[in-house]
Amino acid sequence: MSRTDRAVDVLVVGAGPAGLAAAAHLAAAGAGRVEVLEREQEPGGVPRHSHHRGFGPRHRPTTGPRYARRLAAMALAAGAAVRTGVTATGWAGPRTLDTTGPHGLERLTATAVVLATGARERPRSARLVPGTRPAGVLTTGELQQAVHVHGQPVGSRAVVVAAAGADAVARAAVDMLRTAGAHIVALVTEAIRGPLRSPSHRFPVLTGSTVVELTGHGRLTGVRVRGDDGRGTLLDCDTVVFTGDWIPEHELARSGGIALDPGTRGPAVDTTLRTALPGVFAVGNLLHGGEPAVRAAAEGRGVTGPVLAHLAGTDPWPGGGVPLRVAPPLLWVAPSRVRPDGPPPLQERFTLRTAERLPAPVLVVHQDGRILDRQRLPHTALPGRPLHLRARWTAAADPDGGPVHISVMSDSRQSAVGGPPILAV
Amino acid sequence: MTVTTSGGLPDRLHDVIVVGAGVVGTAVARELARHSLRVALVDAGDDVGNGTSKANTAILHTGFDAVPGTLESRLVREGRHRLAAYAEQSGIPVEPVGALLVAWDREQLATLPALAAKAARNGYHATRLLDAAELARREPHLGPGALGALEVPDEWIICPWTTTLAYVTQAVRVGVDLHLNCRVQSVTAGTHHELSTSRGLLRTRYLVNAAGLHADELDRRLGRQDFTVTPRRGQLIVYDKLARPLVGHILLPVPTALGKGVLVAPTVYGNVILGPTAEDLDDKRATGSSAEGLETLRAKGGRILPALIDEEVTAVYAGLRAATGQDDYRIRAHPRLRYVTVGGIRSTGLTASMAIADYVTGLLGDAGLHLGPTRDLDPVHMPNIGEARPRPYQRADLIAADPAYGTIVCHCERVTRGEIRDALTSTVPPGSLDGLRRRTRARGGRCQGFYCGPAVRALFEDGHR
Ligand SMILES: Cc1cc2nc3c(=O)[nH]c(=O)nc-3n(C[C@H](O)[C@H](O)[C@H](O)COP(=O)(O)OP(=O)(O)OC[C@H]3O[C@@H](n4cnc5c(N)ncnc54)[C@H](O)[C@@H]3O)c2cc1C
Ligand SMILES: Cc1cc2nc3c(=O)[nH]c(=O)nc-3n(C[C@H](O)[C@H](O)[C@H](O)COP(=O)(O)OP(=O)(O)OC[C@H]3O[C@@H](n4cnc5c(N)ncnc54)[C@H](O)[C@@H]3O)c2cc1C
Repeated sequence: MSRTDRAVDVLVVGAGPAGLAAAAHLAAAGAGRVEVLEREQEPGGVPRHSHHRGFGPRHRPTTGPRYARRLAAMALAAGAAVRTGVTATGWAGPRTLDTTGPHGLERLTATAVVLATGARERPRSARLVPGTRPAGVLTTGELQQAVHVHGQPVGSRAVVVAAAGADAVARAAVDMLRTAGAHIVALVTEAIRGPLRSPSHRFPVLTGSTVVELTGHGRLTGVRVRGDDGRGTLLDCDTVVFTGDWIPEHELARSGGIALDPGTRGPAVDTTLRTALPGVFAVGNLLHGGEPAVRAAAEGRGVTGPVLAHLAGTDPWPGGGVPLRVAPPLLWVAPSRVRPDGPPPLQERFTLRTAERLPAPVLVVHQDGRILDRQRLPHTALPGRPLHLRARWTAAADPDGGPVHISVMSDSRQSAVGGPPILAV
Repeated sequence: MTVTTSGGLPDRLHDVIVVGAGVVGTAVARELARHSLRVALVDAGDDVGNGTSKANTAILHTGFDAVPGTLESRLVREGRHRLAAYAEQSGIPVEPVGALLVAWDREQLATLPALAAKAARNGYHATRLLDAAELARREPHLGPGALGALEVPDEWIICPWTTTLAYVTQAVRVGVDLHLNCRVQSVTAGTHHELSTSRGLLRTRYLVNAAGLHADELDRRLGRQDFTVTPRRGQLIVYDKLARPLVGHILLPVPTALGKGVLVAPTVYGNVILGPTAEDLDDKRATGSSAEGLETLRAKGGRILPALIDEEVTAVYAGLRAATGQDDYRIRAHPRLRYVTVGGIRSTGLTASMAIADYVTGLLGDAGLHLGPTRDLDPVHMPNIGEARPRPYQRADLIAADPAYGTIVCHCERVTRGEIRDALTSTVPPGSLDGLRRRTRARGGRCQGFYCGPAVRALFEDGHR
C-alpha cells in the first residue's frame, strides 16, 4: 500500500469557519506552508449548506454559502493550500496524518496540527428514540443538504424535534421544510418554553414533551409524543427532523489519543487551544458543539499566536494545567484547562452552557474548598445560549491543586421545572 | 442473468421454486444452482435478506450449546465449517475473535464444566476454562465481579448481509431467476404447483418453503398445519467504532432456561453490539425497538462492560426469531406434495445456511426430483465491507487505477463513490437506500446521514435512472 510522504509547516484538518480562519491568519502571518484538508468536495463546513441569513457579524448578516465562500477566498488569498475531497483518516505519528483522496494516499507530517473537524447533530438512534426505522427521519444537517444542495423532496407533513436550546436551528429547520413545501405538524421540545417565534413562525408547539416512538414501515407514518403529564399523542406525519443535540466530530482527535473533556466531549484544551498532544491544537465546534460560526472563526483566528509560538520553538509544550469542572445544571466549560501562569482565553473569558433556565445567576469558582471568584451575570441564563465567565481569577488558582470547580447559584431554579405543557398556535 | 422487481413473470414450468430469499432461501437456491435445473427464487420484499436475515447478532456459531442430537446441532456444526471456508473463498468478512462465556456468580461458575461437557457432546472439543485473572487479562474492561469464563475459540463474527448476497449472486449468475416484490399469496396443487403471486402466476414441479416467519402460513396454503411461528423479538444496540477497543471477544452470558441471554460482541464493521432481548410477540411486523427493551439492554451492558454505556450509539435495530415451540428446526419433506418446508430456523440460521441447503436438496432428491450431475460454480469475490482487510479507501493500487475509490462519500463508514457505483451495477443491485447500506455500509455510521445522506441518495437515484 504505497503512500506518498510529505511535510508541511501547519496542517489544518477541516475547512469549516474555524479551519479556514486559522489557515487564513496563519498563512498571512508567515507560518510557512499551511495546508487545509477538507473531506467534502467544497470548502466551508456546515455554512456551505445553511442558506439562511444567519452568518457573519450581527449587524451585517449574510447567508451561509456566502460566508463560507468569503472565508475560503481569504484563506486562499493569504497563501494557504485548501485541498478538498481529501480525508484525514488516522494518525501515523504524533503530528503525522494519513490521508485518502482521489489522487491517492499520503502521509503528511506537520510541525503543528490544527484540528477543526466541527460538530454534528445526534441522529435519532444516538438519542435512543424507540420505534421502527422508516425513511423520513432526518437531522437539520441532512435536511439542509437535501433541500438546498440536491433539491430532493422531503415529504409533506413534518414534525420538528428541538433539543433544549436548539431554537435557532429548529427555526431554520421549519423554514427549510416550508420552502420544500411541507406542512409543519408541530414543533416538539422537552423545554418548558417553546422557541421564540416571529409572526412568520406560526405552528403548534408542544413543550415539555418527549418523542417516545416512531411508527411506520418503509416510510414514517407518525411520531408518538408524551407530555410531562404522561399523556400520549400520535402526530400524523411522514417526516421528522431531529435538531440540535450536538456532539463534536471528535473521532480523529480521540483516535490520536487526545483526551476529551467529559462535559463538551471535545478535546480538552488549555486557554491557548492546545490539546494534551504536543503540537496539536483544536478549534471551532469540535471543542464544544453548536456555537455560532463567528465564534468558531474567532477561535481559528485566536490559535494563530499560539501556533506561531510553537513553530518558533520559543514556547515549550506545557504539561497538564488544572482541569475545570462544572456542576449541574451547568453542562460544560470551554476551554477546560488553565495554567495559573498562562495567558487568558480568547476575549479573556470562558464559555459555559446550562441545561436549565437560570434567572440572576451567580457563577462561583472554587478549588479545593477555596473560593477563587464569584461573578453575577447580567442576564438570565438560557439553555442553548452561551454564558461567559470572565478569566480574572486564573492567576489565583493553585497549579498543584485539584480541579477548579464552577457552580452556579440562581434566584429561582425551581421556576424552570414543572408546569403544564403549553400548546401555542 | 435474471433479476426482476416488477412486471409479469415468465410463463414456464420450473423444476423448483424457492419461496423466501433470506439467508436460508438464497443458500438453497445456490445449492440447487449446482444442478441443471430451472430454478426461481421469489421474495415479497424489494431485496434479498430483508427479513430476519438482515437483523441478527452475526455470529458464526460452533453449536457448542445446541441441544445434542438435534438436527440443528448437526447442521450448525456442518454449516459452520462450510460457511467459514466459503467466506474465505468469497471475501465475506469474518473475524476469528472467539467467545468467552462469562460467569458472574458462583452458581454460574459451577455450571461452566457442564457446558464444556455439553459442547463435547455436540462434537466441539476446543473449549477451555479461564480463571478470573486470565479473564481480566484478556478482557480488561469487564465490569467487576467476573469470576471466570469458558472460552469457545471458534465462535467467530461474520457479515450476514454479504453472506446472503454472495449466495444469491452465485445462483443468479448460473441462471436462477430472482423475482423480488413478489409475494406468494396462494398455491394450487395438481400435476404441478401453481403459485399465485402479487405479480402473477408461477408454475413449478417442486416447491421449497423458506418463508421464515411466514413459513407456517405458506404451509397452511398446502394443507399442512405442523407448527405455528411465534415471533421472538431481539433488540440490539450498535455502539460507535470508538468503543471497539473495549472488547476483544464475543462476551456471552451463561445461558438460562429463558434463552441465550444478552451478549456484547464486536462486529466485522468495527462496532460493538449489545443484545439481543428475547420477547415473545404475536405481530410478525413488530421489528421496532421499545424504551423498555433499550433500558434493559443498557442495564445489562453496563454490568458487562461499564465503559460501553458512555459511548455514542450508532444504531438500534430488532430482528424476529421464528420460534415454533420446539427446540429444533422444522425441516420436513412432503414427497406426495413435492414440497419441502424449511421452518423454525430460529437463532442459528445464518451459521447453518449452507448445511441446511445441502440437506434440503437431498430431501428434494429423495422426493423424486432428478438432480443430475453437480457442477462447480464460478467463485464470487464480494466487495470487502469488513475492517479486518484493507477497504478500498486504504488501497493505493485501486485508487491509482480508478480515482473513484479515493473519493469518500460516506465519511463515518469511509465508503467511496467507486463502491457505491459498483453496488448499483452489481448482479443483484439494491432496491432501496437500506439495500445500498447493506452492500456498502453507506449511511450506516455514527451520523446516520447528517453529512452524507442526501449525497448518497442522489447517487442511488442517479443509478436508478
Ligand atoms: C442547521 C444548522 C444551522 C446553523 N445556523 C447557524 C447560523 O445561523 N449562524 C451561525 O453563526 N451558525 C450557525 N450554525 C453553526 C455553524 O454552522 C457552526 O458554528 C460552524 O459551522 C462551525 O464551524 P467549524 O469550522 O467548527 O465546523 P464545521 O463547519 O462543521 O466544519 C468542519 C469541517 O471539517 C471537515 N472534516 C471533518 N473531519 C475531517 C477529516 N477527518 N478530514 C478532512 N476534513 C474533515 C468537515 O467536512 C467540515 O467541512 C448552524 C449549524 C447547523 C447545523
Ligand atoms: C436477534 C437475532 C439474533 C440472531 N443471531 C444469530 C447469529 O448470531 N448467528 C446465526 O447463525 N443466526 C442468528 N439468528 C438467526 C438467523 O438470523 C435466522 O435463523 C435466519 O436469518 C433465518 O433466515 P430465513 O431465510 O429462514 O428467514 P428470513 O430472513 O426471515 O427470510 C424469509 C424471507 O421470506 C420472505 N417471505 C415470507 N413470506 C413470503 C411469501 N408469502 N412470499 C414471498 N416471500 C415471502 C420474506 O420476505 C423474507 O425475506 C438470529 C436471529 C435473531 C432474530
